Amino acid sequence: MSIRDRLSGNEAIATAMRQINPDVFAMFPITPSTEIPQYFAQYVADGRVDTEFITVESEHSSLSACVGAEAAGCRAVTATSSAGLSYMNEVLYCAASARLPIVLAVACRALTGPININHDYSDSMAERDSGFIQIYAENNQEAYDNYLQAHRIGETPDVRLPVMICEDGFITSHALENIELEEDEAVRAFVGEYRPENYLLKHENPLAVGPYGTSPYYMEARVAQAEAMKNAKRAILEVAADFERTFGRKYGFFEEYRMEDAEVAMVLMGSSAGTAKAAVDELRHQGEKVGLVKVRVFRPFPGEELAAAMKGCRAVAVLDKSEGFSACGGPLFAETAAACINMDARPKMIDIVYGLGGRDFTVDQAMDVFARLRRIVRTGETGPVYSHMGQRDLRKGDMPYGL
Amino acid sequence: MAYDLKKALSCPERFAPGHRLCAGCGAGITCRAMMRAVDPGDRAVICNATSCLEVSSFQYPFTAWEDSYIHSAFENASAVASGVEAAYKVMKKKGKVRDTFKILAIGGDGGTYDIGFQSLSGAMERGHDFTYFCYDNNAYMNTGTQRSSATPRFASATTTPPGTESVGKKQNQKDLTKIVVAHGVPYAAQTTLLGNFRDFHEKARRAIYTEGPAFVNVLSPCPRGWQYPAERLPEILKMAVDTCVWPLYEVVEGEWHLTYEPRKKLPVEEFMRLQGRFRHCFKPGNEWTIEEAQKYVDKKWEELLKLCR
Repeated sequence: MSIRDRLSGNEAIATAMRQINPDVFAMFPITPSTEIPQYFAQYVADGRVDTEFITVESEHSSLSACVGAEAAGCRAVTATSSAGLSYMNEVLYCAASARLPIVLAVACRALTGPININHDYSDSMAERDSGFIQIYAENNQEAYDNYLQAHRIGETPDVRLPVMICEDGFITSHALENIELEEDEAVRAFVGEYRPENYLLKHENPLAVGPYGTSPYYMEARVAQAEAMKNAKRAILEVAADFERTFGRKYGFFEEYRMEDAEVAMVLMGSSAGTAKAAVDELRHQGEKVGLVKVRVFRPFPGEELAAAMKGCRAVAVLDKSEGFSACGGPLFAETAAACINMDARPKMIDIVYGLGGRDFTVDQAMDVFARLRRIVRTGETGPVYSHMGQRDLRKGDMPYGL
Repeated sequence: MAYDLKKALSCPERFAPGHRLCAGCGAGITCRAMMRAVDPGDRAVICNATSCLEVSSFQYPFTAWEDSYIHSAFENASAVASGVEAAYKVMKKKGKVRDTFKILAIGGDGGTYDIGFQSLSGAMERGHDFTYFCYDNNAYMNTGTQRSSATPRFASATTTPPGTESVGKKQNQKDLTKIVVAHGVPYAAQTTLLGNFRDFHEKARRAIYTEGPAFVNVLSPCPRGWQYPAERLPEILKMAVDTCVWPLYEVVEGEWHLTYEPRKKLPVEEFMRLQGRFRHCFKPGNEWTIEEAQKYVDKKWEELLKLCR
């Protein structure tokens, strides 16, 4: 039986962690993910988990401790945001290449500068090539559900990769929403025991982790890792199918919202989808054929499936909530456009960078995006392929606080 | 039980031959001696910082380590060891591990004094049950002898070369052992590779079998960086302790004990003379560098004697 509750995204993730009862949690605080280890510290203090809780001196060390613990034969977890994730950068690569299925909760937050504590994906997108699986949530329910699936995905024998479970900083991490939690026993039965084949503390044989890989061996290791990421696609769908059978909520690589006969569509991620869905509903009510695709799994990137979802669309806007400074679009656009390159009838595509550093995204803005797409269909002119939305024009005196 | 070198050497090697360290390198000798200090019945996990030792002892698909071993990065050996120790505790509690494991971390002076200093300090402060061995060869040798905070004053390194405006490194060596002691750890020591290895063995055993964090700083020369012929390694180390450049001591629960006092404290130039990295100090006009080096060693030695009294 599900339990109806009202939780923030952070408490939902901390609850999932408590139910899974990981062996080691290494923590270092950073806004807005800090509450996750804080909730967990109380579970430790109250004897509700068996976890070794290590309060390290940096994010570099929190993930390093997870590397040691996971290699030793344990389930190891941590959480972070923004600069903390950047500080882990080197160790993210170590964890992924050592094929250690650590689970890392990320409350996504803008990177400096200027320093900002609010939401965008500049932190997680900067780590998109680290070798971590990345799964994004629209709301607290999805953050909870994604977390429950993470260990099984990462620990799948032909995957063995670490997983980032991403929620939107503050918007999801701190806002209270209704949620359906599952019973502790049901969660533990679903997630199961961790049984690695080899680990440092194994009795039968020692293990050496993290070699110097010279040119005759390095590439084979990287190709094996690339294959593992391809295998993760199958594992993600298998675990999602079992999740649906067990708990009744359905997940895939992405959510298609009213895409059945859509002529124009928006591709975006996370909490903005809720806002954009309101615009889709309104326009559908007016008889417009509009839809949206909310990307849940960014790594592995479901390119073929995404292209298939956009078949029939005449114009697509990708909304990037991080600026990649490529001067030709953000990372979601780059990947989505690349996925469509071999389609027989490609839609016209534009990229709109929005919502940086917690800038609000509104239903009106979503309506504007759809209007732009309809104009592209009508005129055949794409216009600027890469643009920004929601920023003030300071040159025209559009200053905040009446300055 | 009294220490017996023959007996110690009759145990199976846990750091196997065939590694790619240079002849005359202190690191391999340190590892063999470190592993001899683990009871034959006990298992070990070695957490290694990126270093000469790492690239020479675990080059895929070969490893010199008979025990479990993990390397991931340059600056995080202590944090990785913290994670292994936490895993060991929880798996022991859950009955998933039956063996007794000793958790060892090892890094060079770069990975310990400098880039790994934060994670070392964090792990020492948190009190994890592990032993950190620093093989201090006084510079970043893996990248080609750049100065570290462990490089002694006046030593030539590739980033502190002597020249018309330079007499080598400008700063004295950071006193890392003392800094670690300030964390209040139950055991810290300085040792090196001498004679029958009694000093090393006894300190390593005490460190490994002390509950909580322990630290062993091992002066461990590099023939390339210090510029000496491989066979002179024992002589250089004997001189390092007899000149008091590298005093041997241990700090047990905050109590300082000198473990070796030279019968006759030799002048520091006897140590410097054996190594090419101090060659410029012996050039006419640079006599003052040897005097300064002597003054510093004397000052540190007096300080240590006071602490050990």
